[in-house]
Amino acid sequence: MTATPLRPTTPPAAKTQPDALGRFGRFGGKYVPETLMPALSELEAAYQRYKDEPEFQQELQGLLHAYVGRPSPLYFAARLSDRYARPDGSGPQIYLKREDLNHTGAHKINNALGQVLLAKRMGKRRIIAETGAGQHGVATATVCARFGLECVIYMGVCDMERQSLNVFRMRLLGATVQPVEAGTGTLKDATSEAIRDWVTNVETTHYILGSVAGPHPYPMLVRDFHAVIGQETRRQAQELWGGLPDVAIACVGGGSNAMGLFNEFISEPSVRLIGVEAAGSGTETGKHAATLTHGQPGVLHGAMSYLLQDDDGQVIEAHSISAGLDYPGVGPEHSYLMETGRAEYYSVTDAEAIAAFQQVSELEGIIPALETAHAFAYLETLCPQLTGSPRIVLNSSGRGDKDVQTVAKYLEDFKA
Amino acid sequence: MHPPRLRFSACLDLIMTSVSACFQTLRAQSQCALIPFITAGDPDLDTTAAALKTLDQAGADLIELGVPYADPLADGPTIQAAAMRALQRGTRLEAVLEMVQATVGEISAPIILFTYFNPIFHRGIETFLDQAAAAGVKGMVIPDLPLEEAEAVLVPAAARGVEVTLLVAPTSPTERIRAIAQQSQGFIYLVSVTGVTGTRTTVASRVKDLLPQLRAVTDKPIGVGFGISQPEQASQVKAWGADAAIVGSAIVQRLASGSPAEGLSAIDQFCRQLKAAL
Repeated sequence: MTATPLRPTTPPAAKTQPDALGRFGRFGGKYVPETLMPALSELEAAYQRYKDEPEFQQELQGLLHAYVGRPSPLYFAARLSDRYARPDGSGPQIYLKREDLNHTGAHKINNALGQVLLAKRMGKRRIIAETGAGQHGVATATVCARFGLECVIYMGVCDMERQSLNVFRMRLLGATVQPVEAGTGTLKDATSEAIRDWVTNVETTHYILGSVAGPHPYPMLVRDFHAVIGQETRRQAQELWGGLPDVAIACVGGGSNAMGLFNEFISEPSVRLIGVEAAGSGTETGKHAATLTHGQPGVLHGAMSYLLQDDDGQVIEAHSISAGLDYPGVGPEHSYLMETGRAEYYSVTDAEAIAAFQQVSELEGIIPALETAHAFAYLETLCPQLTGSPRIVLNSSGRGDKDVQTVAKYLEDFKA
Repeated sequence: MHPPRLRFSACLDLIMTSVSACFQTLRAQSQCALIPFITAGDPDLDTTAAALKTLDQAGADLIELGVPYADPLADGPTIQAAAMRALQRGTRLEAVLEMVQATVGEISAPIILFTYFNPIFHRGIETFLDQAAAAGVKGMVIPDLPLEEAEAVLVPAAARGVEVTLLVAPTSPTERIRAIAQQSQGFIYLVSVTGVTGTRTTVASRVKDLLPQLRAVTDKPIGVGFGISQPEQASQVKAWGADAAIVGSAIVQRLASGSPAEGLSAIDQFCRQLKAAL
């Protein structure tokens, strides 16, 4: 089989986002120290120059196929669908976009690979990244190993503990894992520290930001490198049932896997787009990461977007059992999709995510990442609301091997 | 025992003067300004008020007052830690501005508020500026608000007599330097290093090249900051042609050492050393 060229299939109208200043409506922009402004311009120029260049695309597509294992399958989850079937046999048909089958076990590699190819062309020999769950860190460490680049991954100390398997993987891949003790020792703090490193070493270093967050051009760049998820889904849906999905659903922390799936369907009004955030211990407890549904507009890590903050505009610590969703911000395009009503956002608690984690493992033989388990958990609410037999595509964004210790501990604590 | 306090400040006769006017006076006297930085609320706001008076007495020509922020992207470990201590003690913006208001009458150095953008945005840009201006704040430095995003603050601030100073970095290309210099109010903040705030053993020699480059495109005063922590470094940037030396982490560190009284005594002495070097 040859790699199918993946040309953008989204109509031009949807491609106008963001504008020249990196704005999605009132969201996005570049709120960073002056030192980084030239680097952001350089990155944007490099991206504009290479993204449509045949040689760049050929290298990227070749690696996505032979190294990452794309296209990832669109899999019909029969027993999970049965779980929501009505007595008359009708009910939602649930399909999983199997990003968990990618090399390194999550969607994150799509972006890491795209950015490392840009970094190489920009002549940067040192790569830095932040990571929460460790999936983006592993993906970045992997592509750095593949291209022989120096790699430093910033990770909060709390996340290093709960995702120790991924810390070991990154080190095995030759990366330096730099513990971040500031704040709560989670993704926000790791991102801030990565930005500080970039401010200091900007002339030699490329920062592979791992979500559709951060200053322009990252939200656009990361979205575009993940857009392959939705593009493949469209083609696979066409092959499987000759139409579009009725619902596209994904978990949202910063929101990269969701944007990767949504982007292709933004201009298709018949496709419902649903993002699921982490409600942690429950949004009423204040210990959550439900940024879009419970935050307010503000600036974090270089972009205007929804943000968890107090009355003084101080960033509030997020809480989620899932390290990848434990973030008080969200990508600016999600804020835009929410405010324009194009996408809907809901949240599920740690407990609901754990239940889904177990259920999907038992029903489908797929152990999902705790992040992904949030999207699965929302099916419990969504499916009973739907009529007929709509086709749902859920982005199975990552595998859950990394989470088994966390879940075991949670279940142990819960029993006690 | 303290020696008799000498009031060095060039702005002595211009109580509540503007940042620009302060620089004009200094320039007329061929002086290089000293701008110390402290974090509001570290260890508490009473000490901050005392520190403002101490620095004013000890030769500060202008003072940068940092509003503690939970996610200070442009700051190194010293100022991050100071901000965290201040926030953990419950330092709120309202109280910082009240303290400024109660203190500015007793000091001659204009207060420049150093704050990240989100607290401004969250309050509402105009409301924030109204409150800051009413408290007697004369200038602002917003480290995460580059030229492209600054207009939203520059225009309403100017209308309220608050001068917003923009930053130039070693990485800024010439055309950007020109545009930033044109828009910057009060002075131009030249970041001496690619990096975050914090003490360094030497001032980047790049500053020597950057200063004339900046001077070629603007008449506005130029303050050099990030990494100046010793009197020798201050006199070095003066010799290279800077109009001001900005000293942050080295002051914050001294103020935080020991009891508040010990901290105040340490910054008093250190500020005098810095001023003597200018």
